[in-house]
Amino acid sequence: MHEQDLGESLTEQVRAAAAAGTPLRIAGGDSKAFHGRQVDAGCTSLCVAGHTGVVAYEPTELAITLRAGTPLAEVEALLSEQGQQLPFEPPAFGPGATIGGAVASGLAGPRRPFAGAVRDAVLGVQLINGRGERLDFGGRVMKNVAGYDVSRLMAGAQGTLGVLLEVSLKVLPSPQGELTLVQEVSASQALERMIRWSRQALPITGLCHTDGRLYVRLGGGEQTLAETRQQLGGEALGPGPSFWADLKEQRLPFFGQPGPLWRLSLPPATPLQDECLLDWGGAQRWVIGDLAADELRERVARAGGHATLFRHHDGRGEVFHPLPAPLLALHRRVKQALDPQRLFNPGRLYAEL
Amino acid sequence: MSAQPATTSISPARRQELIRALGGVLPPAALLTEAEELRPYECDGLSAYRHLPMLVVLPETLEQAQAVLRICREQQVPVVTRGAGTGLSGGALPLAHGVLMGMARFNRILGIDPDNRCARVQPGVRNLAISEAAASHGLYYAPDPSSQIACSIGGNVAENSGGVHCLKYGLTVHNVLAVELLTIEGEQITLGSRALDAPGYDLLAVINGSEGMLGVITEVTVKLLPRPERAQALLAAFDDIETAGAAVARIIGAGIIPAGLEMMDNPAIRAAEAFVHAGYPVEAAAILLCELDGTNAEVSEQVMVVRRLLLDCGAREVRTASDDAERARFWAGRKAAFPAVGRISPDYYCMDGTIPRRHLGPVLRRIAEMEQEYGLRVANVFHAGDGNLHPLILFDANNPGELERAEAFGGRILELCVEMGGTVTGEHGVGIEKLDQMCVQFAPAELQQFHALKAAFDPDGLLNPGKAVPTLHRCAEFGAMHVHGGQLPHPELPRF
Ligand SMILES: Cc1cc2nc3c(=O)[nH]c(=O)nc-3n(C[C@H](O)[C@H](O)[C@H](O)COP(=O)(O)OP(=O)(O)OC[C@H]3O[C@@H](n4cnc5c(N)ncnc54)[C@H](O)[C@@H]3O)c2cc1C
Repeated sequence: MHEQDLGESLTEQVRAAAAAGTPLRIAGGDSKAFHGRQVDAGCTSLCVAGHTGVVAYEPTELAITLRAGTPLAEVEALLSEQGQQLPFEPPAFGPGATIGGAVASGLAGPRRPFAGAVRDAVLGVQLINGRGERLDFGGRVMKNVAGYDVSRLMAGAQGTLGVLLEVSLKVLPSPQGELTLVQEVSASQALERMIRWSRQALPITGLCHTDGRLYVRLGGGEQTLAETRQQLGGEALGPGPSFWADLKEQRLPFFGQPGPLWRLSLPPATPLQDECLLDWGGAQRWVIGDLAADELRERVARAGGHATLFRHHDGRGEVFHPLPAPLLALHRRVKQALDPQRLFNPGRLYAEL
Repeated sequence: MSAQPATTSISPARRQELIRALGGVLPPAALLTEAEELRPYECDGLSAYRHLPMLVVLPETLEQAQAVLRICREQQVPVVTRGAGTGLSGGALPLAHGVLMGMARFNRILGIDPDNRCARVQPGVRNLAISEAAASHGLYYAPDPSSQIACSIGGNVAENSGGVHCLKYGLTVHNVLAVELLTIEGEQITLGSRALDAPGYDLLAVINGSEGMLGVITEVTVKLLPRPERAQALLAAFDDIETAGAAVARIIGAGIIPAGLEMMDNPAIRAAEAFVHAGYPVEAAAILLCELDGTNAEVSEQVMVVRRLLLDCGAREVRTASDDAERARFWAGRKAAFPAVGRISPDYYCMDGTIPRRHLGPVLRRIAEMEQEYGLRVANVFHAGDGNLHPLILFDANNPGELERAEAFGGRILELCVEMGGTVTGEHGVGIEKLDQMCVQFAPAELQQFHALKAAFDPDGLLNPGKAVPTLHRCAEFGAMHVHGGQLPHPELPRF
């Protein structure tokens, strides 16, 4: 793996930007440039992709520390050599994806409901704040309650609170074996099964419904897989291009339909409303089409969830679900605490931040 | 003791003024003002530190809690929130010039939603009561601190508490979906949701472990998990601790994540055995308790593997619990370890450092050397799976100087954890107890960043002031009496 420590030079660039008051557009591999709002005009690019390498990896400690520009694909390959994996199964959305971008975007794949979110795996970070200070938070150990949890705050902040230099993540052993079962059922039947199975302790690692089929991924030893298959029923999915990788990377035919792509995050048992692809056992639903944003958002919020305009939009309007006024005010003060001059990715998350 | 936050006094007239204002928004029974009524609130589980709060309020409704906060803010009076008071770092230690707000009367379970696998509860609900209420649905709340019959879920969130099952099921932060928070302005904010994420910054993660410094938690939505079909426990005895430590690495290296993986050293084994008669091998240098759970098939497959690994690693004896009663017995000793040690020593001081597990051997050797140096004995209880050490320092507070010596010893252990790449607190929080060690773990700019984050929530610094994050001034003073390399100039002298 290519090792290069650009920590000093990146810190210098942030200091210079802070002195000049020039906002920065932070980029790793730019594989998720489509995600979120467009940053404000006049940003200079700060490229983290060259800051690469493994700082520490001790498989039996279940923890890895990486420079933020390390390619996601290399991280996954390295873990896989040791029979381990990133619990949150991040989508890459392009060959250049970096681990820093995976953490900053906060996006997780099909394993999310069963193994946790990006923030759940974050153990520590090293970041540059808006004052150009290089700071360490959290650590490389599983349990740590010293100081506020600034590390997890970085997951999903879209780079608006600091430049990630290093991330320490919890890793997990990959299951001994995997098996995907397919059942031909309607979406409402699928949701009913997802709810029922999720209330039982089963070795499930993926639950998706699309195109009239329910896909169930199981992980575990041979006997475990055989018994669970017997219990749940369904055809085993043969080898071939992985359904789950295509789901995660949004390469399934569903995602090829024209129109804006909406991500609905909902309490998993929320009754079906829209024609959608169901992932995360019902907790993440993808909808495509020119929907009235306000109406959709209100409906989703009433059900206890939120809606993100994920792809195929101009990046100028609201992308993430609008926040209630007191919460937005708190967001502004948190932004102020870490990035007082609004240097980092201004406007990427919300126009005000 | 000088580790207490500075107490500014408050004039009797201002106190009267405050009592009058609070009396206007609280029923009489919810406002305590007399010394004997205040006494039960003078300390939390870290009982070496105690003093009376100026006043205690026990609101029963959101409106009352809001009104209290608004009044305190208006009058610029600090507020310390208290759950069940079982905290071990002095987080709920009252202030002589502040109001102590007890949340015990927020004690209702508001709803269980089995299909969405969550429960909505008030913050004063006891940890164990949630699992009891969810049991009829085959569900439970996973984090299980040993204090779970007493501690409140609000306190659990504020401390980001762990338990013996957190290697596999996570800490409180991994098991909370949403909280309702009152800001010091009395404004209500929802963080998180019943979905798996919420828009904007993950402020919910920041609230977990924030020790009552950022807001008052008035409602918590926790994640519920299905009860595993089967749980099986193994007990392995070892002739030396490092072999036991190596066995932990082997189990995890084999791709197995046990539901619980706990270690006790010989003094802890003996104390526990004398107390609960769990049948522990009292001659062993260390025992490992390993619990595996899942489906029947999963557990059967893993028990075989773990048993073989333990023997391969040099365990001199491996027992497999033959039924749930025996499994409960295996755990009884571990769960009662603190009170058990309390029986063999007049006092004990519980430490809570975390280290990368591979350094267990050297760390325990250093602790043993320090036992000589400080003339105090230690019993070690260890969340072995996640590297969280609980050395229990035995002392007798009636012997002059022993408490101070125990504290100095404890401080050194925590500094050792930092040196080894770990942290000063894995689950008990900083409170007032570990403020000095925070200066060792964090650089001034990092501490400043914490203070800035606190100010984003609480600009006037009225919520639990003086806890969790030391001032730079304090660190400078602490640093001045500290010599590098972990050596104190006069280890025999009290440090406070
Ligand atoms: C015998 C024993 C065993 C223990 N075992 C464990 C263990 O295994 N794992 C573990 O992690 N801990 C353990 N603890 C420590 C303690 O039980 C936990 O820290 C617990 O979470 C504290 O809960 P509490 O309700 O007692 O909170 P308190 O002690 O009352 O308060 C703790 C902190 O939380 C804040 N707080 C409380 N309620 C609120 C609220 N509603 N809003 C905002 N802030 C609030 C307080 O201000 C304070 O800072 C143990 C303690 C004892 C005495």
